[in-house]
Amino acid sequence: MSPSYQDLLAAAREVIPEVEPSEVAPRVAEGAGPLIIDVRETGEWDQGHLPGAVHVPRGFLESRVAGVAHDLDHELLISCASGQRSLLAAVTLRDMGYTNVSNLAGGFARWKQNNHPVEVPRILTPAQRSRYSRHVLIPEVGEEGQLKLLDSRVLLIGAGGLGSPAAYYLAAAGAGTIGLVDDDVVDESNLQRQIIHTTDRVGVNKGESAKEAIRALNPEVQVNVHPFRVNRDNVLDLLSDYDVVVDGADNFPTRYLLADAALMTRTPLVHASILRFEGHASVFMPYDGPCYRCLFPEPPPPDLAPSCGEAGVLGVLCGVMGNVQATEAIKVLLGIGDTLAGRLLIYDALGMTFTELKVRRDPDCPSCGPNADLQLRDYEAWCAGVGSHDHEAAGAPA
Amino acid sequence: MSNVKIPPVLRQAVGGERVVQADGATVGEVLDDLCTRHPAVGAQILTSDGTLHKYVNLYVNDEDARLLQWTDTPVGDADTLMILPAMAGGAR
Ligand SMILES: [Zn+2]
Repeated sequence: MSPSYQDLLAAAREVIPEVEPSEVAPRVAEGAGPLIIDVRETGEWDQGHLPGAVHVPRGFLESRVAGVAHDLDHELLISCASGQRSLLAAVTLRDMGYTNVSNLAGGFARWKQNNHPVEVPRILTPAQRSRYSRHVLIPEVGEEGQLKLLDSRVLLIGAGGLGSPAAYYLAAAGAGTIGLVDDDVVDESNLQRQIIHTTDRVGVNKGESAKEAIRALNPEVQVNVHPFRVNRDNVLDLLSDYDVVVDGADNFPTRYLLADAALMTRTPLVHASILRFEGHASVFMPYDGPCYRCLFPEPPPPDLAPSCGEAGVLGVLCGVMGNVQATEAIKVLLGIGDTLAGRLLIYDALGMTFTELKVRRDPDCPSCGPNADLQLRDYEAWCAGVGSHDHEAAGAPA
Repeated sequence: MSNVKIPPVLRQAVGGERVVQADGATVGEVLDDLCTRHPAVGAQILTSDGTLHKYVNLYVNDEDARLLQWTDTPVGDADTLMILPAMAGGAR
């Protein structure tokens, strides 16, 4: 005769030790307890669980357990609502080779009855779960990562060529707070690439225009419009208020200012620059990898550094590079993957090639080196001075 | 004969090419030959005494030449030299 459910439970009790909540609670309180795997369904988990427990629904136990318990001799405590599903789950884990598996007697119900502490997970609302479902499905993001994104604050310098696509996709991704620093207004000539703006918003401040587009795309994103230029007096306050800064500036003084301010406020800086068919991108993690000045100690003179307004830029190039920045910002915020820190990515749209150069921290870097005397300076004067002085020495027309 | 990758701002000085060839056994020799073939490049990247401006980054393949032997770094036919000034463009 086939075994009944009661037979299965009885057989399981023969091989799986059961632990009373009161026995294990002191260890759990100290954070020194076993790895607790809660095998209930998501709706049950969301109501509350043991502190520090990880959630692996019973239906995914075999396929996902290796992701949470790497060693077969890891001490595991399995829990469910009443201690029965978890008992059978424990047998499965034992059959899979886990040698130190016990069951929480009486499950979460008895744990709660005995007044042991309970953790209630922060969860996405049903609307958020639907909106961000493609993120939640990715193991590296998941619900936890999406919540982290919703809590995160991204500052974009410039709502133009790079800032438009970056802000648009970050807003779609649910980056909870987006700051836009731009004193410029939308011009007809911007619309070839600055896709967050529209023809009927020509003349509107770019931050305000982007805010309107973001509200239509994802109303839960908080947009802070900073309708001025970033400068020495406001940069530290601005950066201190955000988790990551995306540099889409159009001039060297602003870029060097941001680079130094990012070091001073320890804000990760996601860099990109563009011209014609070519884009550069990198990530500068403060004091944990090279900074912008390790890469480019000095700016070139103005005629070797034309702006896109002077030399032109392929519109779609902005989409590629702005979204490289959005990607890197999300990775920095979630702490996943390998960012471009220590690498300069060069995209040549004409050749359709992506080239990577190694960027190393310069031990003599005047900004991040051990002997650096880092303070905000007059970057306009410095950039002009560095460029013109050297250039005159070369005997070329200024 | 090494390949030299030319940044957008210098392409006009080499007739619009993205990659040109130049001879030499070291980075310095390749640059000399490049500037001989394309004097307009030299006017942009060299100071009056013939040294490189500080704003010019050089890469041999994917390595920063400053961390190799700068202009004395040996290069062969299979190597690519990249001239890389910073770019500022972004917002406007
Ligand atoms: Zn540095």
